[in-house]
Amino acid sequence: MAAGFWKRHENLYHAITNWKVIFGLSIFLMIVLLAIFGPMISPYDYEEFAGPPYIPPSSEHFFGTTIMGRDVFTRTVYGLRTTLLVGFIAGTIATVIGCVIGFLSGYYGGRLFDEFLMMITNIFVVIPQLALLIVISAFLKVRGIMVMSVIVASTSWPWLARAVRAQTLSLRNQEYVNLSRISSLSVPRILREDIASNMFSYVFMAYIQQFNGTMLATVQLEFLGLGPTRGVSLGLVMQTAVNWNGIQLGMWWWAIIPGFILTILITALYFVNTGLDAAFNPRLREM
Amino acid sequence: MGRYLSKKILVYIVTFFLAVTINFIIPRMMPGDPISSLVSRFSIMEGGREIIEQQLTLLFKLDEPLLVQYFKFLKSIFTGDFGISIMQFPRPVTDIIKQAIIYDILLLLPAIILSYIVGNRLGALSGVKRIADNFMMPVFYFLSSSPYFWMAGVVAFVLGVKIGKFPISGAYSATVSPGFNWVFISDYLKHWFLPFFSLFLVQLGGWAIGMRNMIIYERSSNYSRYMEALGASDKLIRKYGYRNGVLPQVTGLALRIAGLIGGAITVETVFNYPGLGRMMLNSVLSQDYFLLQGIFLAIVVMALVANFVVDIIYMFIDPRVRISFSGEV
Repeated sequence: MAAGFWKRHENLYHAITNWKVIFGLSIFLMIVLLAIFGPMISPYDYEEFAGPPYIPPSSEHFFGTTIMGRDVFTRTVYGLRTTLLVGFIAGTIATVIGCVIGFLSGYYGGRLFDEFLMMITNIFVVIPQLALLIVISAFLKVRGIMVMSVIVASTSWPWLARAVRAQTLSLRNQEYVNLSRISSLSVPRILREDIASNMFSYVFMAYIQQFNGTMLATVQLEFLGLGPTRGVSLGLVMQTAVNWNGIQLGMWWWAIIPGFILTILITALYFVNTGLDAAFNPRLREM
Repeated sequence: MGRYLSKKILVYIVTFFLAVTINFIIPRMMPGDPISSLVSRFSIMEGGREIIEQQLTLLFKLDEPLLVQYFKFLKSIFTGDFGISIMQFPRPVTDIIKQAIIYDILLLLPAIILSYIVGNRLGALSGVKRIADNFMMPVFYFLSSSPYFWMAGVVAFVLGVKIGKFPISGAYSATVSPGFNWVFISDYLKHWFLPFFSLFLVQLGGWAIGMRNMIIYERSSNYSRYMEALGASDKLIRKYGYRNGVLPQVTGLALRIAGLIGGAITVETVFNYPGLGRMMLNSVLSQDYFLLQGIFLAIVVMALVANFVVDIIYMFIDPRVRISFSGEV
């Protein structure tokens, strides 16, 4: 029974037994758990002056305290929640936009509609995302999590649209797609059943990458002070550290640890992606 | 060649107009009426009221129809008039941008070129040698996963504070005055190194990963196998693989420029480096909208020029593009 299941889902078997996937996924889960349960472990509040200022990590303050005496661990785990949430929502929206544009553009490849969609995509590829985000957020006086996610997503989809389009272009002239077309199936159905389902693994990996990208964009905005207007975020923790000369004062626990956790998280997802890539592409599996 | 370029140029022109339009629309769409807050802030300054009113009639012209406003806005952009900065009152925005953009170019250009060269070399090595690969790939993943400003923080902490060899704030010391002499240049280079190095490190990872994957891909291709079967040396196969692998990397260059320019904004903030990025942030903080708009446009133009240069380079190094797009086939 079990053997039969794995035979049918060979890719899945290769995916979950790949060491890179296991390694990356465990780190990812650990950090997600930290974001979920961290605030419960910590006895302090993120705005509270929890102890004496300027102390390095200790058993009382896991990541030390800031120059004002706030607990860095508490701020980091609360901030992690915000950043992960914004990255996740934005990444999801951006993946959906990128896939829809990519599928349509690829399916109608070469026609005016495709040219038009690619024109828009190429414009967004050229404009530096962060600069555009700064201009938009600078004029928004109140920024909640949802608003943040939407503006980050609205600038993150272009590369995915281009990649999905290229894949769709190569699938669209396959025999079975032509057969569906001759059988006069509707375009949404062809896109869904013939094209999207064959690109599932690709889109899934692109989703992970998109999540990485939106998290990076989000944290950069937060660092510039243009993150969510309420609460604390990972970028904000580092912004205060830099603004209060945390680096000059040698307070690495304040200026470096919060970003280190995010970097590790993104690296872990990178590992998952490479592992999945190897699992889904037999040619890479040999390597 | 003409068709390829003209299509690209069309995209760039449309992008430019879109950027101008964004500048035009956003202050008009946003809640909170930034213009009235501008007027009230200006009226405190001496003679400010007249200047701001003149500015506002020039740039916003709110009593006229929207389309007329738009065309007048375009006209002022094309005559190089971006208004007057509030932060550094009464300096023209164009003046501030001209001064700041030099720092950006001197930071970005070496970072792009050097990370491209070194990253591709390391990536190619990693794609060939298994042992090197196991060591280097995690490092490359880590580098390319780092937010630019975080890398800047790490570099500043390690090289600037712990080792203490490099200054971590500003573009030159307060004690030296800018000029073409050795004292200034060495001081400038010392301040330049850390921001440059942060950008370089993050970029390096991405290039290396891309090149490694390309090399692995090329080595499993038919021509490599054929050469192997003919008994060609490993070195020769590698050389051909590298040359083929470089091409997609140049396309990647166009995609990365936008990200790198964005990253520079945050890195300049960490190092208090007086380029466009820090100016942009300052303009946001002090609600200097004319300056913000001007810098946004300058950054977009910078990205457009860079992309255009990459297009031209690509056309020269890839004969397939040259031929297929010129309609010779």
